[in-house]
Amino acid sequence: MLKTIKTNQLQLLAMLTAMLLIVLFFSFATDGAFISPRNVSNLFRQTAIVGVLAIGMVFVIISAEIDLSVGSMMGLLGGIAAVLDVWLHFPIMLTILITIGTGLLLGLFNGWWVAYQKVPSFIVTLAGMLAFRGILVGLTDGATVAPTTSALGVIGQSYVPTGWGVSLVLLLCLGVIAKVYRRRQAKQKHGVVNDSAKFEYLKALVSIAVLLSLLAILEGYRGIPTPILIMGVLILVAAYIAKRTAFGRRVYAIGGNIEATRMSGVNVERNKMFVFGFNGMMVAVAALILTSRLGAGSPAAGNMAELDAIAACVIGGTSLAGGVGTVFGAIMGALIMSSLDNGMSMLDVPTFWQLIVKGGILLLAVWLDVKTKKAQ
Amino acid sequence: MKQPLLDMRNIVKSFSGVRALNGVSITLGDGEVLSLCGENGSGKSTLMKVLSGVWPYGSYDGEIYFQGQQVKASGIRDTEALGIVIIHQELALVKELSVMENIFLGNELGSCVSLNDEMMHSRTRELLAQVKLNISPDTLIRELGVGQQQLVEIAKALNKNVKLLILDEPTSSLTNNEIDILLGIVQELKGQGIACVYISHKLDEVLALSNWVAVIRDGNHIATKAAAELTQNDIISMMVGRQLDELFPRENHQIGETILQVTHAKASQPGASRCQVEDVSFSLRKGEILGVAGLIGSGRTELMQCLYGCYDGDYQATIELSGQTLQIRSQRAALKAGIAMVPEDRKRHGIVPIMGVGRNITLSILDRYTAWFGAIDEEQESHDIHDAIARLKVKTATSELAIKNLSGGNQQKAIIARFLLTKPKILILDEPTRGIDVGAKYEIYKLMFALVKEGVSIIMVSSELPEVIGISDRVLVMHEGRLKGEFDHQGLTQEKIMNCAIKEAESA
Repeated sequence: MLKTIKTNQLQLLAMLTAMLLIVLFFSFATDGAFISPRNVSNLFRQTAIVGVLAIGMVFVIISAEIDLSVGSMMGLLGGIAAVLDVWLHFPIMLTILITIGTGLLLGLFNGWWVAYQKVPSFIVTLAGMLAFRGILVGLTDGATVAPTTSALGVIGQSYVPTGWGVSLVLLLCLGVIAKVYRRRQAKQKHGVVNDSAKFEYLKALVSIAVLLSLLAILEGYRGIPTPILIMGVLILVAAYIAKRTAFGRRVYAIGGNIEATRMSGVNVERNKMFVFGFNGMMVAVAALILTSRLGAGSPAAGNMAELDAIAACVIGGTSLAGGVGTVFGAIMGALIMSSLDNGMSMLDVPTFWQLIVKGGILLLAVWLDVKTKKAQ
Repeated sequence: MKQPLLDMRNIVKSFSGVRALNGVSITLGDGEVLSLCGENGSGKSTLMKVLSGVWPYGSYDGEIYFQGQQVKASGIRDTEALGIVIIHQELALVKELSVMENIFLGNELGSCVSLNDEMMHSRTRELLAQVKLNISPDTLIRELGVGQQQLVEIAKALNKNVKLLILDEPTSSLTNNEIDILLGIVQELKGQGIACVYISHKLDEVLALSNWVAVIRDGNHIATKAAAELTQNDIISMMVGRQLDELFPRENHQIGETILQVTHAKASQPGASRCQVEDVSFSLRKGEILGVAGLIGSGRTELMQCLYGCYDGDYQATIELSGQTLQIRSQRAALKAGIAMVPEDRKRHGIVPIMGVGRNITLSILDRYTAWFGAIDEEQESHDIHDAIARLKVKTATSELAIKNLSGGNQQKAIIARFLLTKPKILILDEPTRGIDVGAKYEIYKLMFALVKEGVSIIMVSSELPEVIGISDRVLVMHEGRLKGEFDHQGLTQEKIMNCAIKEAESA
């Protein structure tokens, strides 16, 4: 066990170090502008969309599949949200419900082809990538659907009031401590060797310190951006699903060895379809944030977003071979990607360089991962 | 004494501080066969990886001399150039290529722009004749059985001008017939001066084949002795370091009423002319161990797949369990009805390699732990895991260790634990002891008897006839999809079973 825990921790440590280096580098290069409250807030809002996509994608990749359609699907769902809002004047709650419901259906549709019809997910979702974009362009006649109502704008543009934000984060901090305490209790009860108390509580304190300083920085601007609150809630929910539920466990098992999982009496087809369904819902949430932020549904929205989401998962330690990955890692991956975007934009690095650097980082991250795994 | 062909001196190899080999030395002359015996995890495979260059020179301590020259291999290519070829347990042939293409893979004849197919063709035919394989060089590998593939591997090695052949458990998935052919060929190679290191758990083969038997236990070299001076029991006691009273710990148990009745089972691949299972009917009683014997391809595995709802094709059977007629169309349905199966191919159908041992064990019964929002009751789960690990004596550092790090025997115990947790009425074990060491085998047999005493009924499919006879209460013999015979274990001999499984084929 020590060995496996060490591997996981090593990976986490490597990611945190990379993140720290990126932050330090850009902070110096921009004379501190990178970590100004305004920019951090901005950076986080940029992360939210890729982050939410990565939350859905990480489940797909853990189950040893891939989804190339999320960019187009996000565009389409964002377009639908805009149409409902701008053209049809639907109430906001209905718009949200219909968008998320449609996301679920599109995801299940992909999943049905993959799981029950045994068409490789690469192909199914490549088809989706083309078709969803086509539907979007057809639906909107290739024009931007704008302007969205202020009610829809709340999702992507507003901030959580200070009082609420502070209490939520404090609650979260309490939760972190309670979790460590409870886990230690449970382990003790089963006679499993605990890491030293100091070490575990130190870890908890570090994460609380990070949470609180982020809160301080964000409150220094306008408060916690609503998309970040949404992403935060989804992280908690998704991490819970991955770690604590039978469904999550089965997804890891399916990715680890689908045949053995089937022989164990698990309904692998249904679970796989649900993975895609869940992913579809995440895409819908991302689409709502996107449309709300842009204030419009655009036929080009979400172009290539699937690649960002996949890159975020992979940088975050998710294995394309399946069976390995964490929600937290994928979010870290998304944060690293958007930090690079943001930092390089601040430094006025030309777009073409930005692409080259991002590609290089992706390659480097996976190469390092392969190397360290081999060394063991 | 003349210079030995191979001289490995004092080999020490450690993995992150743990010594896998602790000063092992072996020597071997031309045309000699040395068998390497030891329980799984004893270090046999590590030693062979050192020899074949998988672990390069410098990653271990000690010296290797081959034909008087010190070997400093940096990879498997270097040792192959010297004439040392290893044939792994898992065959390394490309399934979609032909026999000829596989034999010449990486050593193609001809210029770089055009291959000399004629030359390769005729050479392949020579090689195939040498290993007594009567097939066309253009046959695709995937059309061959495991035994034939094994022989192709040997032909491939012969093509590389092999002087020392390492066979790592070559017979673990072969039928008796195929084993005889393979052993015959090794004998012949011996006559041609080709030396062989032979790794096997099958001690009768070991004794029949080898000049020398070297025993390794926990990375230590226990002894190397002339095979002629040894008996199976000598080897076993050297391997396990203790005397096993008997190989098969048969215990008396109560056999009750008929619990399972299968009638007219039929299974075929879509479009195939021959049925893989043809009109098989049998019954199973409560607390009974029913052995199912037969050659590979006799339909025994397919019959079990029908019972477990995982046959990949069309099948029909009337299955009556405790008086109720069942339709079993999926593994889920089977488990729900109380039929569990520990599959034959542990790697493919058993373990989820990167998952922890504990999570592998509870994979089938997660539903039992879920309460609100699908959350797993982890306290109950880890309680069950610890119970199961203790009951089956799974040797693992912790329950969270990835199961791939366990030895084959312990993996098998964990998979059996998984299906026991489903509380089956009927437990099907397909080759339960394949490729696992003597100690673990013994424990599995003990467990089987403990289970039948609790009223579980067991169906055991096995290619190892001593095991079939030693463990079963009753034995079914299958041949070409049909049930050919049914025997009580008393007075049953291997010859009787083989006669039933093979002879009728000759007359047919």
